[in-house]
Amino acid sequence: MDTLLNFIVAAVLAATPLLFGALGEIITEKSGNLNLGVEGMMFMGGVAGLAGTYYYEKAVGEPNAVVSMIIGVVCAFLCAMFGAFIYSFLTITLRANQNVTGLALTTFGTGFGNFFGEIMGNAAGGYVSVGTVIKAAFDEGIPVLKDIPVIGKLLFDYNFMVYLALGLTIILAYFLSKTKTGLNLRAVGESPATADAAGINVTLYKYLATCIGGGISGLGGLYIVMNSANGTGGVWVHNSISGYGWLAVAIVIFATWSPVKALICSLVIGSLSVIPYYYQIPFIHSAIYEIFPYIATVAVLIIMIFRKKKSNLPPASLGLAYFREER
Amino acid sequence: MEAAAIQLKNLTKTFGSVVANDKVSLEIRHGEILALLGENGSGKTTLMNMLSGIYYPDGGEIFVNGKEVIIDSPRDAFDLGIGMIHQHFKLVDVLTAAENMVLGIKEKGRLNTKVIGEKMREICEQYGFNVDPDKKIYDMSVSEKQTVEIVKMLYRGAETLILDEPTAVLTPQETEKLFAVLRNMKKDGKAIVIITHKLNEVMELSDRVAVLRKGIHVGDLVTAETNPQELTNLMVGHSVTLNIERTLCEKPVKKLEVRCLCCTNDDGVKVLDNINFDAFGGEVLGIAGISGCGQKELLEGIAGLQKVTGSIIFYPEDGKQPEELNGKSPMEIIKRGVSLSFVPEDRLGMGLIGNMDLADNMMLRSYNKGKSPFADRKTPAELAEKVVEELEVVTPGIDVPVRNLSGGNVQKILVGREIASEPSVLMSAYAVRGLDINTSYTIYNLMNEQKNRGAAVIYVGEDLDVLVELCDRILVLCDGKVSGILDGRNTTKEEVGLLMTSLGGEKEVSA
Repeated sequence: MDTLLNFIVAAVLAATPLLFGALGEIITEKSGNLNLGVEGMMFMGGVAGLAGTYYYEKAVGEPNAVVSMIIGVVCAFLCAMFGAFIYSFLTITLRANQNVTGLALTTFGTGFGNFFGEIMGNAAGGYVSVGTVIKAAFDEGIPVLKDIPVIGKLLFDYNFMVYLALGLTIILAYFLSKTKTGLNLRAVGESPATADAAGINVTLYKYLATCIGGGISGLGGLYIVMNSANGTGGVWVHNSISGYGWLAVAIVIFATWSPVKALICSLVIGSLSVIPYYYQIPFIHSAIYEIFPYIATVAVLIIMIFRKKKSNLPPASLGLAYFREER
Repeated sequence: MEAAAIQLKNLTKTFGSVVANDKVSLEIRHGEILALLGENGSGKTTLMNMLSGIYYPDGGEIFVNGKEVIIDSPRDAFDLGIGMIHQHFKLVDVLTAAENMVLGIKEKGRLNTKVIGEKMREICEQYGFNVDPDKKIYDMSVSEKQTVEIVKMLYRGAETLILDEPTAVLTPQETEKLFAVLRNMKKDGKAIVIITHKLNEVMELSDRVAVLRKGIHVGDLVTAETNPQELTNLMVGHSVTLNIERTLCEKPVKKLEVRCLCCTNDDGVKVLDNINFDAFGGEVLGIAGISGCGQKELLEGIAGLQKVTGSIIFYPEDGKQPEELNGKSPMEIIKRGVSLSFVPEDRLGMGLIGNMDLADNMMLRSYNKGKSPFADRKTPAELAEKVVEELEVVTPGIDVPVRNLSGGNVQKILVGREIASEPSVLMSAYAVRGLDINTSYTIYNLMNEQKNRGAAVIYVGEDLDVLVELCDRILVLCDGKVSGILDGRNTTKEEVGLLMTSLGGEKEVSA
């Protein structure tokens, strides 16, 4: 029973950064922009969030938990958004190739994160690390409620970012299906010419969706850096985010661009990645477990190819630049 | 007198060096259906696109209800009550009809499809439409989609409706329904413009006709006071004498026999319907028709690029056994000497590869010749040199990527390569598209050379003056059917024009 409980908790914790990455990418892709720079933006968000909280702590000495949460989230969001803005400018205004630009953003963001992470570490004399208060802020669950037996651990013992991700999922799902702005955004991604003819400002929508989506993806990076479920929290570990961004992109595809399905897919991938720590089958080598998430990704992508339903297809103009007077 | 719904004064639009509209002045009135008539590329759609905010005019003024306005974007057009139904529908496929209605409307609050559906039903009842608000667009037929487009414009309060060739995709029954609805809207005081090149529709539906020719507004007539002949004359203009050399064909040899050729496109529409004709060596067979009447499918069908039913019999030289081409692969068809040079709108399209240089593009036809595992690069290079020299292609050298050449030079290379393979049937579509006069003549002369050599030349052209001067026989297509085969020497542009709009009826003149 305890193992099961721990397993579920660990799965949720492992799923959260993927969910952030996927949610951000869903908004981005709904506007017709295929931003493959998710991983880069996660790196940028992660290092900026760490830097924000670290310097806040250095400045005041006695950090406040809530303030450090806000600083971390805002810094991560803005920095990742900056990455997405570069991408937007190149692909929307200059109409550069989206795939290439996205890949470049991944390379750029990875370097950006590691570079500033190392610089901060060198300045701090070895490695950069935040104090216990901030670590706790990104680790601990809801006070009082988390002490209820079983239920407390199952539902209330997560850090605030898990609830943030959950909230974002619900807001996004509502936004996309029930609001006019969401409808307009979908139209932009499906057929920008139609949206344009209907009087929607295509460029504005694309910019906003891509930048906000990038910011949300960046929160995934913040989570990986600050949360200690993956090892040490609040410390810059070289290349700590590698791979998560790509899993997030894959989740977007098999969640068929739906935020709620992205939540489920993230949980599946998350649990696959932690399963070896809780349930070991004797004759399978532990290294095999590590590739489970990737095998699942490949399998689902293949299934998706055979399951062609119109409403499951990607936004029709995904990856294409839009120019009104093109003939 | 009441001010006109829309008044255009001296509207001009140019694309590069091409003048699409030259000082067009026009009036669109409430409670009236105006037909905008003209050939391909006469600037009808461009003119209306300026009203709907897709293009911005280079010069001239637009007045709506007597007030001067500036239409900068589609949103401005909506705000002025101008709604355009484009040939390619502007609908989002994965959304429902109701969701498509409210796209881009700035209203507060959440999306309530029930309220939208209710309002749609009201509009439908008023004018006699039939739409299901909750149906997804991708489940709809073409005619349903068009209805959604019209309802969308009315939903947004359009007072002026512009329809770009609305009947091109409809069956006759659907067309009748559409016309009934348009008449209802006219009674309601809406101003309606239909862009068309079908004369019978103009006569049946419109109150007034405005005729455009090569971007110039050449006539403004009251439908009841005119007739199809007058309209055709306005549309095609006076004949120009071009003096293209046309030698008499001495003894034509049958090269190609096309029988009962039919083709159905992806939407299930018949684009070729029972085409029958023969092509003879030593003559130029022209194919005329409004664009999209099946020319492309016909040529591609013969070249094996398009699935067609019917038979295409090829008669090889020196009396060998005739062969059926339909069902053979494009490669096998080329080997028999049937070559196609199709110049699509973007000019490179299917014929040439923009990033490859001249010599490599020549190689596209010859790479698999010979037994050696290595491609022969020398012969294509020599051929490229030859084409450059003979056709006066302006290029720094034969190792320049084709995309760096100007349009005319690209076309010379394409046509030159096809001719160099000495085909027994040479098909060429829009070979002079966008070329200046001199280059055009070079191409005409090349065609004539091939004809004199004994090849059967099939030439699809847009310019009727040229067709009448160049071709020995002219096959006229209308809506995927052969509406007539004329003798090029004894026909006039007007006659061809009438057949293109299907008023001449069936007529056959032997060569």
